[in-house]
Amino acid sequence: MVEAVRIYLLLAGTWMRSAAQYPASMVMLLATQAVATFLDAAAILIVFAHTPRLGGFSLPEVMFLYATSGISVAVADITLGTVERLGEHIRHGTLDTLLLRPVGPLLQIATEDFNPRRMGKLVPTAVMLVVSLRHLDLHWTLARAATLPLMLAGGVGIFWALWVLAAAWQFAVVDGKQAANSITYGGAYVTQYPLSIFGRDALRGLTWVLPLAFVNWEPALYVLGRPDPLGLPVFFRFASPLVAAVLAVLAALAWRTGLRHYQSTGS
Amino acid sequence: MIEVDEVCKSFTVRRRSGRLRRSRTLVGAVDRISFTVAAGEFVGYLGPNGAGKSTTIKMLTGILTPTSGRVRVSGLDPSRQRTALARRIGVVFGQRTTLWWDLPLRDSLTLVRHLYRVERSTHQARLAELTELLELGAFLDTPVRQLSLGQRMRGDLAAALVHDPELLVLDEPTIGLDVISKATVRAFLTRLNTERGTTILLTTHDLGDVERLCRRVMVIDHGRLAYDGSLPRLRAALDADRILIVDLARAAPPIEVDGARVVRTDGPRQWLAIPPSGNAAAVVAAVAARHEVEDISLREPGIEDLITRLYGGGVPADR
Repeated sequence: MVEAVRIYLLLAGTWMRSAAQYPASMVMLLATQAVATFLDAAAILIVFAHTPRLGGFSLPEVMFLYATSGISVAVADITLGTVERLGEHIRHGTLDTLLLRPVGPLLQIATEDFNPRRMGKLVPTAVMLVVSLRHLDLHWTLARAATLPLMLAGGVGIFWALWVLAAAWQFAVVDGKQAANSITYGGAYVTQYPLSIFGRDALRGLTWVLPLAFVNWEPALYVLGRPDPLGLPVFFRFASPLVAAVLAVLAALAWRTGLRHYQSTGS
Repeated sequence: MIEVDEVCKSFTVRRRSGRLRRSRTLVGAVDRISFTVAAGEFVGYLGPNGAGKSTTIKMLTGILTPTSGRVRVSGLDPSRQRTALARRIGVVFGQRTTLWWDLPLRDSLTLVRHLYRVERSTHQARLAELTELLELGAFLDTPVRQLSLGQRMRGDLAAALVHDPELLVLDEPTIGLDVISKATVRAFLTRLNTERGTTILLTTHDLGDVERLCRRVMVIDHGRLAYDGSLPRLRAALDADRILIVDLARAAPPIEVDGARVVRTDGPRQWLAIPPSGNAAAVVAAVAARHEVEDISLREPGIEDLITRLYGGGVPADR
């Protein structure tokens, strides 16, 4: 594990140095990404100009959900987002060369093109979290304060697993990136809003089938002191890390199976 | 060093058989191949495109999992112990670089050193040696994307040898290289094999590679091992004719001479086949005595000829 982190930092650092050859492009990409994130968030303000509540939640509460989801997605994307390129590596035959090195291909693809521009999404969402916390009228207990980092970590874990699952799917369907994106980026989008706006059936699906409710919705209900519309037991508010662990095991199995059945290209 | 025992590999190929329907067929790429390579050998692995060469190489390096049979490389099971094996072997794909596109060659090699956990002092000595033998000095600080094919190839060779592997696997290492680059690479490989004792397995379409480098030749065709033995023995076994190309002063009817027969004519140029038992010098003398000859040359049977015959005739693998 320590070794994996060492290699990760080493590879990421090398890609950063490689990117630093074009500093202007790096700064512009970083800025573009940050502006895009802010514009996306601004959409919430427009919605709230027309309605005081969204799915029963106030503006600071929705911002809290948006920011917590955004941070989880950003961290997962920064550290692992490029695994979605697996399909390209399979198509171009470059996965073969990755498999020849004494380091796992997941680590190599995850660090690929590692670039500070990936931070463009993290900074705006972190700012939003701070702003929403200042406007939330909450009675902070130790348990509430502790739930916040737990939900962020759980969210990161769930998105990591989803990203790897989506990549492993490309072992079976080489051009399956778009379908896979609907889960990863779709999941990122859905969790930005209170899940109650999607209705009870969707909420059930997002709890039991594709457990995106555990990214931020369930723990946020606890932090914000809201009842669960589905009336699930309190245990569910704290289940994010457990859900992340289960998904991680599934993702690891899928990845290994994919790699074992990998057929390579013709040359 | 390498043990391959009754190994098969088949691929599932999906074909469109109707508007929406897809049929799945199982295509065998390698069919019950067995061979062993001892430490220190220099083996050429030949075969036409699609014969199963690359598939075999990919099974040896752990990229592909065999459908059945047993593979051992350096005492390891490649597909199950791929990363452990990667530390002990070096692999170069001629068509594809393992270097980092935007980094200078020197940085790529340093990164490889970290990945393989080679000590800094060992690395420096090794790098100095590789730089000298492969003549890397002039472009060590050039980004890989700006290297010529020959330079990149030598860079890839260096990257594959940073961790001093006991086995080097080369998939078409001289493809597309010019004469000088080829010569550098060949001289380097010979030295690596004789002085360092590195076992080398090489696939190629280049006859020169095999004739100059390999003491042993394996030929694969349609997924089966068609020949395994030395090159002279392959020549003898196939009874290949040598070809005498004669340029006459003017076009003439086919030359009639003992110990050879005309196989082709094109204006004043004629091709005469001399069987392996024949005496080429006597044929040359006889032709020159009876005709006005402008030029004459003798061509040894090339590996491609041999292999073409092998596929047609099917000589049993001796050894």
